[in-house]
Amino acid sequence: MKFAVVVFPGSNCDRDMYHAAKDALGEEAELVWYQSANLSDYDAILIPGGFSYGDYLRSGAIASTSQIVADLKRQAEKGVPILGVCNGFQILLEAGLLPGAMLRNKNLKFICHFEELKVANRDTMFTTAFQQGEAISLPVAHGEGNYYCDDTTLKQLKDNNQIVFTYTNNPNGSINDIAGIMNEQGNVLGMMPHPERAVEELLGGNDGLKIFKSIVNNWREKYVTSA
Amino acid sequence: MLQAPEITPEVIEKDRLYRDMGLTDDEFGLVKSILKRQPNFTETGIFSVMWSEHCSYKTSKPLLKKFPTKADHVLQGPGEGAGIIDIGDGKAVVFKIESHNHPSAVEPYQGAATGVGGIIRDVFSMGARPIALLNSLRFGNLTSNRVKYLFEEIVNGIAGYGNCVGVPTVGGEVQFDNCYEGNPLVNAMCVGLIDQKDIQKGIAAGIGNTVIYAGAATGRDGIHGATFASEDLSEESESKRPSVQVGDPFMEKLLIEACLEVIHCDALVGMQDMGAAGLTSSASEMASKAGTGMEMNLDLVPQRELDMTPYELMLSESQERMLLVVEQGREHEIIDIFKKYGLEAVAVGRVTDDNQFRLIHKGAVAADIPVDSLAEDAPVYHKDSKVPEYYEKFQQLDDYQPIVNNYSEALKSLLQQPTIASKEWVYDQYDSMVQTNTVVRPGSDAAIIRVRGTDKAIAMTTDCNSRYIYLDPEIGGKIAVAEAARNIVCSGGKPMALTDGLNFGNPDKPENFWQMEKSVDGLSEASLALNTPVISGNVSLYNETNGQSIYPTPVVGMVGLLESLDHVTPSFFQTPGDYIYLIGETKPEFAGSELQNILENNYFGKAPSIDLDIEAKRQQQLLLAIQSGLVCSAHDLAEGGLAVALAESLFNNGLGCDVEVSGDTTVQLFSESQSRFLVSIKPDDKQAFESLVEDANLIGEVTESGQLKVNNNEDIVIEESVESLKTLWKGAIPCLLKSKG
Repeated sequence: MKFAVVVFPGSNCDRDMYHAAKDALGEEAELVWYQSANLSDYDAILIPGGFSYGDYLRSGAIASTSQIVADLKRQAEKGVPILGVCNGFQILLEAGLLPGAMLRNKNLKFICHFEELKVANRDTMFTTAFQQGEAISLPVAHGEGNYYCDDTTLKQLKDNNQIVFTYTNNPNGSINDIAGIMNEQGNVLGMMPHPERAVEELLGGNDGLKIFKSIVNNWREKYVTSA
Repeated sequence: MLQAPEITPEVIEKDRLYRDMGLTDDEFGLVKSILKRQPNFTETGIFSVMWSEHCSYKTSKPLLKKFPTKADHVLQGPGEGAGIIDIGDGKAVVFKIESHNHPSAVEPYQGAATGVGGIIRDVFSMGARPIALLNSLRFGNLTSNRVKYLFEEIVNGIAGYGNCVGVPTVGGEVQFDNCYEGNPLVNAMCVGLIDQKDIQKGIAAGIGNTVIYAGAATGRDGIHGATFASEDLSEESESKRPSVQVGDPFMEKLLIEACLEVIHCDALVGMQDMGAAGLTSSASEMASKAGTGMEMNLDLVPQRELDMTPYELMLSESQERMLLVVEQGREHEIIDIFKKYGLEAVAVGRVTDDNQFRLIHKGAVAADIPVDSLAEDAPVYHKDSKVPEYYEKFQQLDDYQPIVNNYSEALKSLLQQPTIASKEWVYDQYDSMVQTNTVVRPGSDAAIIRVRGTDKAIAMTTDCNSRYIYLDPEIGGKIAVAEAARNIVCSGGKPMALTDGLNFGNPDKPENFWQMEKSVDGLSEASLALNTPVISGNVSLYNETNGQSIYPTPVVGMVGLLESLDHVTPSFFQTPGDYIYLIGETKPEFAGSELQNILENNYFGKAPSIDLDIEAKRQQQLLLAIQSGLVCSAHDLAEGGLAVALAESLFNNGLGCDVEVSGDTTVQLFSESQSRFLVSIKPDDKQAFESLVEDANLIGEVTESGQLKVNNNEDIVIEESVESLKTLWKGAIPCLLKSKG
């Protein structure tokens, strides 16, 4: 399986994402510069964290207007798995690929530590390697991870099982303890915690690896059945 | 407002305008004799900034010569952007520490942020990818609103810059004492990793080669920042806020990626960042190091403000700028790389063969100076030195012995002292994990970063207990190096080399200069004894507010090497039943201790003693035991002594301990005697461990009780729930910040 890791000016978790897909997962992966990529060459697309365009204007706002995001939207419609982490999640929100918006953390500070999450929906192409309700531990590292949406959107997210991860001890004030959501179609996942930072025991845990493994397993299954 | 065009060389001399820029009458005379004429306004500015203490080390140079700087594993000692050590496998580690004290005192967020930005540029300008940041901070006590503001904003500034630029902040230290009330210290250290074949130097070699300016445009910020950093802080310092630069970490991130791509282009000859004294120092130093000259056309320098004068262009300390020298005719290869990242890169000059530093502005020569005179002919001062009265008085005092009636209460007070208390409030704001190599995160003795693609790892720490250095700069200097090395050893690493951030008061006061001399002596002796040469560093003087000096604070940033990831050793206890050993001798030493601070609200007496041979022996033996797989946890004993070290060893996993001490309980629990370690091992390894480590005494074992229990000869002297101790320790700093000052 071939992963694209999209690199925007100011992305800084791009290499981490690359190493997770390439070294920990053992799949093909390429860093693709935002100006020169053809996303249809890839089986899955990873939007890494960092500070695209220095978080100027709003986090993710400027990146969401770049040419590659138009391409990203086409891939999303085709059903290609897309995972946006941290700033990648913020870009997906700004691009309208996922509903809602980010506010500053409730304590108004950047936070960085391992945080316990619950797998709220294991029936997705990103989470089948988990048990429903499983408690996992992933690092958070963000200043604007306080997810917000209006009541109608929240109801839709709940009704369609689009809430994929929730925090056990909400660290940032997110509505409904939301840590990660997907689109209605189920192929675009945005999450604030960093699965790419939790792919080896040496660095404190490997719960994140299961997300990448789920993507691969589900892609293989689909590929094998359709082939 | 200084306006260059109207001010003639005659006026500069007659009205002694050079004094406002920081030159003395004698120095101005020297400038005239070098130029064989009167300098114009721009030239006067260039000399004054290059001859400032910050750039020329004119006061500290005679002392810095004393540092041991060589060893087989040192690839680059002091003199370049940063020092470099060999870690094998064709790889090397690049690191340096730098201060940003004065800017942070008047504009804490930007002062701290640009301190981080500057030290990162020093590292990637050598061609290395920055892999870790550390810092060393000093503040007044967290009681006044001003100190709380400085503390919160400095931490915020470090986080704001480091997090955005994508370099993990993995370690550091914070100390709180009254002497830093008006003059906080912000020392930032950056560590980089490089393939040895890619090492760059900041040289302007090759006559006719092109000088390229890359990165942010030049504005009017930070003009004369280096001079501002070379004078005392006072009531008027607030008006120097325009001397503080404004950082743009996004620009820096682009610059890092572009420069690390540029180093693989063989059209590149040399590269240096524009740090203190901006374009002036980078350009003149690059030419001086290569034995060449340089001519620049200032009209070509990217500018973000209108009508900038040559003086302003040369002295601006606008951030995120680099100067490169490139093979003539191949400029576009380099410029294209910067373009990819949306960065401006323009040819602004060329390397010449006449050893002159020549600047052209609007068709006229704006400055024409022998280039070596800026870097090498700066005057060197041998300041007067005098033993301070306080020191002589302290030497006469009897040993200070505190009276403690309730050991549990004393421990609780110690754990809540902000210098000892958990710094989670600080480091939770730093991204410590980006780049996914951080094996040991902040909060341990030393941080550990693995070297991807090998089984090796780098350990790093910053340390300096300035209380001991105030009591006795020579002994305190030794302790600073020894403590840093202890932290590296405890984490499983072999201490390799250090960078020093020397922070002192006004060197014109003989007592202050004596502190500098003696500290450097102590640092040098310990570096030699522990084979950790000084490979880079920074000097920050004039750390005074309204005449009051800080404690002498020579911060030690040390890097060590773990030959295998198997050697990574936690600082806290692991398993119930493990044996607890105390390595080293405990003497009644309380001068400069945290307990003295609590009981006397002051520090006095003779600093704790240290024997460097014993220190080196214990470190080697402990490291060997760790490398032999015999050690489950290791932690050095520091502020608060054994009692605090025991508590800290229990805060990670709900365990308890049962420990037996003998003799004077206060001494055993709270003395700050040096060269001591707290270690836990498997009972089965008792014999093997004891045969390797000579001065190890079995004092107890790890329990699952969740209680910290200490007995002295049948008497229980402490029995406390670890959970409640941890609550006090963790809550102390947030609680102080919330309370009204």
